Amino acid sequence: MEAQTIIAKRIARELRPGMLVNLGIGIPTLVANYVPDGLNVYFQSENGLIGTGPIPEEGMMHPTLTDAGGRPVSALPGACTFDSAMSFGLIRGGHVDMTVLGGLQVDAKGLLANWMIPGKMVPGMGGAMDLVTGAKRVIIAMQHTAKGKPKILEKCSLPLTSVRPVDLIVTEMAVISFPEGRATLLETAPGVSVQQVIDATEARLAIPGTIPDMCL
Amino acid sequence: MKTISVKEAAALIPDGASLMIGGFMGVGTPERLIDEIVRQGRRDLTVIANDTAAPGRGIGKLVTAGLVRKTIASHIGLNPETQQQMLAGKMEVDLVPQGTLIERIRAGGFGLGGILTPTGVGTVVEEGKRRIDVDGKTYLIEIALRADFALVNAFLADYRGNLYYALTARNFNPVIAMAADTVIVTADNVVPVGVIAPDHVVTPAALIDYLVTNA
Repeated sequence: MEAQTIIAKRIARELRPGMLVNLGIGIPTLVANYVPDGLNVYFQSENGLIGTGPIPEEGMMHPTLTDAGGRPVSALPGACTFDSAMSFGLIRGGHVDMTVLGGLQVDAKGLLANWMIPGKMVPGMGGAMDLVTGAKRVIIAMQHTAKGKPKILEKCSLPLTSVRPVDLIVTEMAVISFPEGRATLLETAPGVSVQQVIDATEARLAIPGTIPDMCL
Repeated sequence: MKTISVKEAAALIPDGASLMIGGFMGVGTPERLIDEIVRQGRRDLTVIANDTAAPGRGIGKLVTAGLVRKTIASHIGLNPETQQQMLAGKMEVDLVPQGTLIERIRAGGFGLGGILTPTGVGTVVEEGKRRIDVDGKTYLIEIALRADFALVNAFLADYRGNLYYALTARNFNPVIAMAADTVIVTADNVVPVGVIAPDHVVTPAALIDYLVTNA
């Protein structure tokens, strides 16, 4: 299975009925492809839509129905639209139950850096800072390493997105959470050993007993 | 409210003006007005908007034409020309978290001096700003934003100037319509009064200074 498929499928298992969920661009968007049958969740696009649906078929797109990247989407039955103040009121006000975002680095306490590389990539933070600060649960979907180098570090070298720690990291190798502010290994992907995860992670990981396989 | 041609509308805007422009990646941007501003060649503009769209699209056209001196936006990642002009020192860019940007504009339109937000505390966004603690939580003081002009795009405008928006083309439009000295609207459709029921009016006609005709 491809890395991003493992990540998206595992995160889809965190969805619960009736949740309001915001998916970032990249791997997070793929989570919508693995919503369990019969589970009703509301996906928010921060440009002003709850009830975001899949890309419409050719000829059924409309220029005023787009996702946060400006790409055409559809709207599911029961969808609603609103302005940007309302959209970020939902986000900052704690009404979004879960957000799934990409990450450049996460540190041993769960602090995230995901919005800029000084001197190289300065796209702007968009909604990322509000999402990490305000959503009830923050899940990071990312590859475990970048060009062979760990992304889960003792301390982030890139500018932080928020001082609010994330709740869960899901990579193609492992699931990691931060109980009491400490990076803790919860699951390993099928065929990946605990030692392999430790070797690919710079932050010291707490290993509570026997680590189960990820359910996909 | 007065109706004017797109030429007259663009001619109202002097060099050096500050413009709030509706749209999210070009969706809900008053495209005809942007085209005419480019044609008339207004210079040294300050643009306050969610993003700078992409080259050839919406606000991206102002950037390509080199008309923008300063941008206040949350995201410029999909317009490489904005990033190039910023890195070359040709354009000043102030990056603001999206939720903070829209609330600063809302505050400007609602008679508030600013807002308190937890977003940005402890990050580079905090630099040069004051912190304040309320009930044990830390917030940044973010000051209100206003502009000389709001350039609004609506799906429907009635003959009086009441506005109704379509789907995700709403975004910043109703908020900027409150926060500028002069509000100029382009509408995809201009319709008789009554077509938009009172309950469905999002932006009241009383806020609109100019409606650009579809002539």
